[in-house]
Amino acid sequence: MSDSKTVQNRIDELMKLASEAGVDISAELKKINEKIEESSSSAKAWQRVELARHPDRPRALDIIGNICDEFIELHGDRYFGDDPALIGGIGFIDGIPVTIIGNQKGRNLRETMTRNGGMANPEGYRKALRLAKQAEKFHRPVITLIDTQGAYPGLGAEERGIGEAIAMNLREFSQLRTPVICIVIGEGGSGGALGIGVGDKVYMLENAVYSVISPEGYASILLRDSSQAKNAAAMMKITAEDVLEMKVCNGIIKEPKGGAHLDPAESSRRIKELIVNDLRDLMPRNPAVLVRYRNQKIRKFGHFTESAGE
Amino acid sequence: MSEHVICQVCKTETSPADLAANLKVCPSCGYHFRMEPKERIAYLADPDTFEEFCKNMKSLNPIDMDGYEEKLSEAEKKSNLSDAVITGTCSIEKTRVVLALMSFSFMGGSMGSVVGEKISRAIMKGVEKKMPVIIYATSGGARMQEGIFSLMQMAKTASAAAELDRAGIPLFLVLCDPTTGGVTASFAMLGDITIAEPGALIGFAGPRVIEGTIKQTLPEGFQRAEFQQEKGFVDLIVPRREQRALFVKLLRAHTNGGSL
Repeated sequence: MSDSKTVQNRIDELMKLASEAGVDISAELKKINEKIEESSSSAKAWQRVELARHPDRPRALDIIGNICDEFIELHGDRYFGDDPALIGGIGFIDGIPVTIIGNQKGRNLRETMTRNGGMANPEGYRKALRLAKQAEKFHRPVITLIDTQGAYPGLGAEERGIGEAIAMNLREFSQLRTPVICIVIGEGGSGGALGIGVGDKVYMLENAVYSVISPEGYASILLRDSSQAKNAAAMMKITAEDVLEMKVCNGIIKEPKGGAHLDPAESSRRIKELIVNDLRDLMPRNPAVLVRYRNQKIRKFGHFTESAGE
Repeated sequence: MSEHVICQVCKTETSPADLAANLKVCPSCGYHFRMEPKERIAYLADPDTFEEFCKNMKSLNPIDMDGYEEKLSEAEKKSNLSDAVITGTCSIEKTRVVLALMSFSFMGGSMGSVVGEKISRAIMKGVEKKMPVIIYATSGGARMQEGIFSLMQMAKTASAAAELDRAGIPLFLVLCDPTTGGVTASFAMLGDITIAEPGALIGFAGPRVIEGTIKQTLPEGFQRAEFQQEKGFVDLIVPRREQRALFVKLLRAHTNGGSL
């Protein structure tokens, strides 16, 4: 970073001048250092956003292909249609049958169009719920792979009740009497991500991000300047480390050096290892206990004070 | 007469006293002005029966967002509320209910930790006391200044709604203008019976976001209460003046004449 070097040289010069003149500039220096730190943290956060959105990043179906011995994709919500942006089916991981649900982004322009960039419509969320209930019925664990900017903000999505579809998933996933493991593999954006994000365990890939709104959205709505997206990314605390520190996820899955796209097979191996370990732990548990703990965890999210009782 | 309130639909001028007496509904065209929780309590609850929960609950700044504390204290001063929802119990024609009322005037009714917690606790009070729960929703969506914690309030309120659902206790929603974003995509769409105020904007994505996506102007009436009823997401549209009488009937239908 040549920029920071120039800044550092200027600071050294200033310090020299100040000490020669006998002026104390430590307070100013502290401010400058804070600014530098801020800008480097925004660079770091933005780097993660770019990796999370990298065109070569392994998509849900790539990971499914790598971690499953076999996978049978199932289609349709039984009401309206099939949503290619949110896929699901039955897979075998080390011989264990599981239901896998995931946001599917495209790999090239044509696929991105078909998959609507991974932005699901109501029928996607309703398919996810159908498959999750089916998993519960047949005692299969549910694995979700989250990778979306958000639900699709389109005309049809509103007409078919995208809000209701997500709300219903939040309610019903909280009560599923089978283990649910959620992994943010790329972008975890808003209610569209949370719509398949309620589970017993939530993990993030090292370079995945998870946020209430995209950095661009935050910048244009709250900072009233869409060019501030990089700063917004840092302010919102959206990296895997941030989310883990806030205890909104259970752990981070390390990526190969440089990002998951440089070694998709190794990334998938790590994801698989974690899933298999967790399944060994979660599958023997009493479903009622599983549901109770899941809900206790969800109810704890938030920060507030109460100076006096009710 | 400069203090008269002008209806944004028909431009009729009404004195604040007349408007308040008419439950903040334009006497000429029926436009429903936004209403504050306390005004709704005065109309809905039997006199002096409202007992508030969590009066002192206040927001923190969980992700150290610049300027959030100032925003909160500004909103407090402006709205005279401690956050965007008031919760408690009251009687409606002698039936005890849990009542939660949101206010759009506190940071656009946005849902952060306090709104999420108060709504969840209110719903859980319904589970515990076997009392029907009535929620008046109005919100621009998630309180983005709280980052991921605001998103998680959607899961939290939906988890509470799940327990109420499993316990067989009714949840009544009244969707007021506007109800959008994370509130729509969580508890607001989980009512056993969903009522909307006439003309209320109800949706997930805001109209401008949708227009930006589809690069078209939205049709007249898009996402309004009447549209949502036509699309099947709202059971009935009820003018303010008729809401109390409706609740009396609904409570009778759900409480076997007083004991749930």
